[in-house]
Amino acid sequence: MYNFVEQGGVNDSGIEEDPEKYQKFMERIEAGKLIEADDWMPEEYRKTLIKLISMHGISEVMGALPEKEWTPKAPTLKRKLGIMAKVQDEMGHGQLLLRVTEDLLKPYGKTRENLMEDLLNGDLKFHNVFHMKTKTWADAGLIGWLVDGAAIISQTNMLDASYGPYQRALHRICAEEVFHAQHGEAIIMALAEGTEEQREILQDSVNRWWPSLLMFFGPGSASTTGSSKQEITMKYRIRKSSNEELRQAFLDKYLPRVFSLNLTVPDDTLHYDEQEKKWIYQQPDWNEFKQIISNKGPMSKERLRLRQIAYENNRWVIEALSKEHSFS
Amino acid sequence: MTHFENAEQAKRDPLYKEALTELLYQFADDDFILAFRGSEWLGLAPHIEEDVAFSSITQNTMGHATFFYQLLEELGEGDADVLAHERGPESRKSAVYLEKENGDGHYLDEPFYDWALTVVRHYFYEEFKQVKLELATRSSYQPLADAAQKVLMEQPYHLAHWKMWVKQLLAAGGEAEERLRARMVEAWGEFKDVLELGPKAKQMADAHLIAGEDVIETQWVERVETTVGKISKQQLGKKQGSGRSGEHTGELTIALKTLSEVYDTDRTAIW
Repeated sequence: MYNFVEQGGVNDSGIEEDPEKYQKFMERIEAGKLIEADDWMPEEYRKTLIKLISMHGISEVMGALPEKEWTPKAPTLKRKLGIMAKVQDEMGHGQLLLRVTEDLLKPYGKTRENLMEDLLNGDLKFHNVFHMKTKTWADAGLIGWLVDGAAIISQTNMLDASYGPYQRALHRICAEEVFHAQHGEAIIMALAEGTEEQREILQDSVNRWWPSLLMFFGPGSASTTGSSKQEITMKYRIRKSSNEELRQAFLDKYLPRVFSLNLTVPDDTLHYDEQEKKWIYQQPDWNEFKQIISNKGPMSKERLRLRQIAYENNRWVIEALSKEHSFS
Repeated sequence: MTHFENAEQAKRDPLYKEALTELLYQFADDDFILAFRGSEWLGLAPHIEEDVAFSSITQNTMGHATFFYQLLEELGEGDADVLAHERGPESRKSAVYLEKENGDGHYLDEPFYDWALTVVRHYFYEEFKQVKLELATRSSYQPLADAAQKVLMEQPYHLAHWKMWVKQLLAAGGEAEERLRARMVEAWGEFKDVLELGPKAKQMADAHLIAGEDVIETQWVERVETTVGKISKQQLGKKQGSGRSGEHTGELTIALKTLSEVYDTDRTAIW
């Protein structure tokens, strides 16, 4: 799964810190060299990475929850095994990315526990799609097909990211995401070629998820929601393309596939502008988007509650482990 | 000792097939229900590393259930998905202890699950499964012997994982040890059902499908007590009844309803 770039608020440009080091740093990343965890980096770069990767990591963890709703209910043994493998991968991605974040947090004396606290108190956001309700088995397929499909587009955009640990994690994650998209596509194909009721739940799923999929890549510019960090991430060669370019790539790839299954999307204005070479679509409600990622989405509270229970209900286990560890 | 190389040979001997299918249902149904209980934990484990490990074990366990249902399919019992999703609680051969809910709440709503129950249950079960599979590698039914051999490639990792948890939480002392000891005593009063082979135990032994249940129990007790010490002065019990004889609680009924929810919306559709 993944992250758009939305939050602003990082003002440490790094130039003031140490102009000489900053210049060498910029020369390194412009020459395509990788920055490693122990290398000098400007505060702005570190904070941008922390925000980006912690959100990505925690979105992987929270992203397992909507699919978990359907894991035991998957309608065949094969589908049960498929979705079990997928949610396990998502948790693994979360673990990998939180480890990358933990290294970046070291100079601030912060740990993963702080990240979990940030999540529960609303300071660490998770991706808009994972605040949404699931209603039918078709949603489990659609998440794999289109949400993971969108994630692949976002993440491959950063496979050359200047931060080495993130880049390496992304290479592994993207390889697995391809399987997730194929898993989702297989579910979708079975429904699309299935009974009338199966086709109905599929179309209903596309209709309900469409605005969230458009929101997936984040606002087109800072003026849409009041803040955007996409320019900073591009300056530091963490990502290559803008939110809108990624959204257009998604529409280019998936709309023909959606239409080839005789499915529709809930947007009468949608068309391809041959002159501008881009899709014209009805903008999703970006105010609603802001509400969703502020933990006011349809399932925000319920999903956060699950993490809160996991955190508090197992406290005795964590205490026991640290005690046991201190004896050894 | 008669040796059966494949399903076709086994099907020609009705008594042999009857004992064999009974044993295979136990293998399949045990793994199926425990994989379900595991899947309910996703996202709720004590830490993310455990979520990754536990969900991997759960996925393997569901894979083993699938494997055993497929062996039943080969014997003419019906499609593996039908066997997994359509059989009612009364025809399930899984042990009652394995269907016990993970704790309070529902997996989607206020799931106050008990990690001590899960650690004890999985450790006890994996020790049992290891013993049963080792014995099954010498089965007179070659496809079962082969299946056991294959599952045993993954099984030691599962066992090592839960054994590590048991040892760590016991070594921590205090609340963790108390919680674990209490769950072990509880399990002691219920686990005999898991170790038993049910009403056709003698037929299974006579057909050399697997060693007797006394062998399973002796080996299991020895292995478990080597790790955790003496658990109870009482005899092993089966307070919740005999799942091997089709006795089950309402907790299995609810679990099966969830497992079949989508499947039941259209049993003939291709999913």
